[in-house]
Amino acid sequence: MSEVWRYLVAFAVWPGLLGAVPLGWLMLWFMRKLTARLQGRRGPPFLQPFYDVAKLLGKATVVPAGVRRGLFLALPVVSLAAVTAALAILPLPGNPVPALPGDVVLLLYLLEVPVLCEVLAGYVSRSVYGQVSAMREALLSLAYNLPFLVSIIAMAQYVGSFEMQALQAAPYGPVHAVAAAAFLMALPARLKLNPFSIANAEHEIVADAHIEYGGPPLALFKLAHALEIVLLVGLFAVVFVPVTPWPALTAVVYAAAGVALLAGITALAAVTARLRLAQAFRFYWVWGGCASALTVAAVLVL
Amino acid sequence: MNLLERVVAIGRRRSPWVCRLNAGSCNGCDIEITPLLSPRYDAEQVGVQLHGTPKHADIVLISGTLTLRSRRAILDLYAQVPAPKAVVALGSCPASGNVFADSPLVLGESLDTVVPVDVWVPGCPPRPQAILDGILRAARLLEEGATRSQQGESVS
Repeated sequence: MSEVWRYLVAFAVWPGLLGAVPLGWLMLWFMRKLTARLQGRRGPPFLQPFYDVAKLLGKATVVPAGVRRGLFLALPVVSLAAVTAALAILPLPGNPVPALPGDVVLLLYLLEVPVLCEVLAGYVSRSVYGQVSAMREALLSLAYNLPFLVSIIAMAQYVGSFEMQALQAAPYGPVHAVAAAAFLMALPARLKLNPFSIANAEHEIVADAHIEYGGPPLALFKLAHALEIVLLVGLFAVVFVPVTPWPALTAVVYAAAGVALLAGITALAAVTARLRLAQAFRFYWVWGGCASALTVAAVLVL
Repeated sequence: MNLLERVVAIGRRRSPWVCRLNAGSCNGCDIEITPLLSPRYDAEQVGVQLHGTPKHADIVLISGTLTLRSRRAILDLYAQVPAPKAVVALGSCPASGNVFADSPLVLGESLDTVVPVDVWVPGCPPRPQAILDGILRAARLLEEGATRSQQGESVS
């Protein structure tokens, strides 16, 4: 199999679109079901995320007046493509893509693209609520990215390489635990879950930055969000969960870690209320900053 | 109907997203929508989600007597819902004006003359079960392509 084909398979099949979309739906269903059970409700049926997307794809597209049609419709596509590309270079078990020098940097860039698309979507839509949401998202990304980026970059420093596969194969040590704590701190905000669901606060600003989106473009944004969950859970598993020499066993270990991680952040989201933007910002720059400093210190000392 | 259309049609029945519009209601009907999302009725188990924006919605719940000022708001909101869409009228007010009929401030006509209504949920206010039933009826109409907007009826 030539190099190009490997990338195409990784992008379109596994760990790209064809494999990750059902996985993302499974994760979304799990989170919604668990939230419902914690609230004493029955929760959505197993195929609910699939039905939602199928229905949205079958609806008409409404472009608001005075909005540039091309830009409005390109944003969800770019967002989805960036998340899929990031998944394609994530060394999950069974990924056909060979090691790529510097793919950690590429991955971190691609991770920011959906956030950027969200911010642009809010501003482009000409909706006041969308603009407030975009502003909140942009400010929040300045906050949560401190512990998030430090945790990944510190691991790269620890390993002495910017290759995902080197990070994955690093001998397990106390640095992993410290950096994982900083990563976990940023995760709820990255996934826009309580207590950091500030940019998608439906009670205050009606909806998230996709307020003016409906039909197929909204479906693409929903898909991108589902894939983002897969990507971030996968990234956590690859970087912070010990790898085994057997791919099948590694897949099982990653799946178990993913379930535990999702259950944890969903439970956190179910028992907390939404913080204000200033409180979240302060939390990330004070406690996230402390965690980041601790992580860097651990890498330099250990 | 090919397979793809069938899947989309099932999606329309299983994932009715709702947005509501108070067209001059006393808030009685609106307060009865809230328990739908609570553990007792849990509308999410049949895929119902309440959305604040009409752009995300499939079904519009309209409650209340139509006042002189709400007519334009109804038309505006209805136009923003991407097709296919359904309208559910909540309570007695949209049909008849109820106790407010003949007031100089209300539109002396039924909601049907403003937008094509698919399901009427009677009651003052209707019980939450009745509202959920109305939403699911509308969702089934969406699946069958039988809502009045899907049949080609347009806004008055």
